This record gives sequence, C-alpha cells and structure tokens, in this order.
Amino acid sequence: MRRWLLPLGLIALLLGAWQIAASTGAIANALNLEDFLVPSPSEIAAALWENRGLLAENAWVTLREILLGILCALIAGVGMAVLMHRWRLLRDAAFPLIVASQTIPIVVISPILLVWFGYGIGPKILIIALFCFFPITVNALDGLRSTDPEAVKMMRSLDASRWQRFRRVEAPAALPSLFSGIKIAVVFAPLAAVFAEWVGADAGLGRLIQSDLANYQVARQFAAVFVLAAMALILIGLAALAERRVVTWR
Amino acid sequence: MRLEIAGVSHSYGDLRTLDSLSLAGEAHGVLGLVGPSGCGKSTLLELICGLQDPGAGTISIGGASDGEGRLGRCAFMPQSDLLLPWYSAIDNAALALRNRGMGRRQARGTAAGLFERFGLAGFEASRPDELSGGMRQRVAFLRTLIAGKPVLALDEPFAALDAITRAEMQEWLAAALRTDPRTVVLVTHDVEEALYLCDRVAVLSARPARIVAELAAPHPRAPERDAAVTAPEFVAAREEAMRALRDGSR
Repeated sequence: MRRWLLPLGLIALLLGAWQIAASTGAIANALNLEDFLVPSPSEIAAALWENRGLLAENAWVTLREILLGILCALIAGVGMAVLMHRWRLLRDAAFPLIVASQTIPIVVISPILLVWFGYGIGPKILIIALFCFFPITVNALDGLRSTDPEAVKMMRSLDASRWQRFRRVEAPAALPSLFSGIKIAVVFAPLAAVFAEWVGADAGLGRLIQSDLANYQVARQFAAVFVLAAMALILIGLAALAERRVVTWR
Repeated sequence: MRLEIAGVSHSYGDLRTLDSLSLAGEAHGVLGLVGPSGCGKSTLLELICGLQDPGAGTISIGGASDGEGRLGRCAFMPQSDLLLPWYSAIDNAALALRNRGMGRRQARGTAAGLFERFGLAGFEASRPDELSGGMRQRVAFLRTLIAGKPVLALDEPFAALDAITRAEMQEWLAAALRTDPRTVVLVTHDVEEALYLCDRVAVLSARPARIVAELAAPHPRAPERDAAVTAPEFVAAREEAMRALRDGSR
C-alpha cells in the first residue's frame, strides 16, 4: 500500500504544482515565453484525448519497430553468446570487439544506415537492434559462464551429451542473467526508436514529436512523450512478468 | 566391478597433486580415501571417473582404462548436492534416465519407486530449496544410483551436514549399500565416516598425495552404527588412521 501511495502522492503533488504554475502563466512569464508554449497537465490530457487516434496510429508504428528490434537483438545476441560460450577462440577474438563497438555513437552513424538501407522500417529495426544487442549478448554470455563447472562434471558423469548439458544446465543457469539484459534492452529500445525516427521517418511517435516541435504543437508533443513513456513502462512490466513466469526457482 | 589404480601421478601445471599412487578396490566393495584438505582426494576421484586423465600411470575399471570407458562405468556425486533448482526433486533424481533418452513420464515412474524405498515419498514434486540438507543429499545420491553405473564415486557426500544429520545419513547410506551393493569410492576427510562406511580405507598424505596407510575396517556398514563406532576394534582402527593422517600431514 505504502509502496504505491507514496510515489502516487508525489506524482499528484508535482502535477498539481505544474498545473498551477502553467495555468497562471507563472512559468511562461518567468521564461519570457508565449503561454501556449507551456501547456498545463490538463491541456496535455486534453491533447491526449483529442489526438487519441493519431497517437495510437503512431504508437503502433513505434511499438512494432521496438518489438522487432528487440526480437532481432535477442536472436543475434543470444546466438552470439552461445557461440562465444561454445568456442573459446571466438570469444577471445570477438568479445573485445563487441565491447569496443559500444564506443561507436549509434546516433551519429544512424544517418549512414538510412542512406544505405532507405527510409523503410528496416533501418529503424537495425538501429534499435544495435542498441539492444550489447546488453543482451553480454548478459547472456555472463549467465552461460556462471554455470557451476561441478554441475557440468556431474552431468557428464550422468551420460549427458553436450546438447543435454546445454539444455538442462547451462541454458537454465543463464536465464536470470539473460532477463537482466532483456530488461536493460527494453529500457533502451524506445529511446533508440525515437532516435531512429528523428533521422528519417514518415510515421511513429518520434517523428510526431519532431514535427510537433517544429509546429509549436507543444501540448500534443507532451502527449506523445507521455504515450512513449507509458509504452516503455508497459514493456518493462511485461519483461519482469515474463521473468517471473520463466525463472520460477528464484 | 574391480577398480585398479597403478602408479598414478598428476599435476596441475607445476603443482604436483598425486605422487605414484597404487590402489585397488574390490568389486562390490567400498573403498575410502581419507586425507588432509587439499591433498588431491577430489582430483583422484575425478581421474577415477574419467572426468580427467592422469598425467602418468593407469586407472582401470573392469578392464577399461581409457577416459571414456571409465566415464561410462562411474557415476560421480559431487561435493555439494548440486540439485538443479529448475527441476523438481524427482526430475533431478531421474536426470541420468532423461539423458539416455527416456521420456519424462517413464523416467519419473522409475525414480518414484526409489523415492518410496529411500524415505523420500511425498517429496517428488518439491523444489530442491524446499528440502532439508539431509533430503537433498538423499536425492543427490538417488540421482547417482539411478544412473545404474557399476561404480559410484562419492566426493564428501555429507561434509555440509550437521553432526546428527550426518550420522543419520551414514546409517542411511550403509543400509542403501547393504540392499543394493555397488563398487563405491568414497572421499571424505572424516576418519570415522570412512571406517564405518568402507571395507578398506586408504590414508593419503598432504600434497603431493601418496598412500600413508591402508586399513581394513572392522565392522563395515554395521546396522547399529552407534555400537559399531564405539567397539574397541573400531576405536583402535580410528586411532591408527588418525596417526597415519598426522604422519602424512607433516
């Protein structure tokens, strides 16, 4: 009860303060701005309701990019982690590169990806996947390496093939860590989607935020940010729920 | 199945752990290995099981002296119970059957009979963390037994238990081996445990391990443990073993 009430109370307090400060024009005056540039929470709520069709349409575009991007990162990341776990040589060769690749600002190379792959959904999925690949790969590999070597010996002595050792010991042992990676990826993915859409898109919440900014549609822009944040929260919640359903032994 | 260890030496890098050990274990006999901590008892056990190959010398089990052959004839029970937390007690016990391709239902059916016999009835569906230390060891032992190998290699099976549970588990194992005799190699640092459970006990020196003494136990696996371990001949054997252990630790 307390766990929910306190943060909710704080949110109500902050919204209330914002509502008063914005509707009386206090913020706009202090910043020397036109009133319509500082929407109050009630105006944002109104924009959210009035534009619900438009927001839903664009949210669906962004959500699809996010889900496909995470899926691609999951397949590539888990695949890479398994290969690196299986072949020491590959791990020693590739792991430093994977870590070093994190220093490449994806935001900066995004325009090149767009030039190469066009304005369709492809480059957006690629950019999101690039953001999510690292936490998923590193955490999956960590998880696989956390397997107790004694458990592997025990399984060998119980006639387990390499595949059975993987399936019954290493893979389950890696799951909690893999889910940590997925939860990080889920936090990154909406941000990556917005970046990807800013570079070049004809639909999506990121694109809507960008064009609203250009047209001084500040209330609707806040409404889009709200939808994006809500979407990210739901995704994080779903990831945590999936973890609880799958990793039942923790 | 007869176990023969001839002139076995082993090193990890520059660290010599075993120094030309020769030992023999009779078929259906229990051979105890006692020695100070870190002397290489566990290494010797892994060599016997075929989980590693010795640097020099030969180990043969029923005539098979290659690693694969030994691996096929030995079931290894590691130091900690290593029950897999993602499986129920019965699925842990039935691991070897599943590894050999038996279906889940049939494997559970086979294990269920043994649960009854070993005082674990009613705990088939329990998760490992719901079981007491003693029960976990029983499930781990069942897992080793169900593998159906002629040789059981037990590495300090009761080291993690409190004194009372340990004495109970020794009686329990003695009873299990009376009804289902196997060739057993038991590693322990507890002289009393070795002399109660084993037919013969080899006392190893500190690293690099060599054999300091070989003793015949006076009342192996006697039904009345308390009477057996307080009998004068048992006490004398224990003193002799302790003396050898002290000499070997110097």
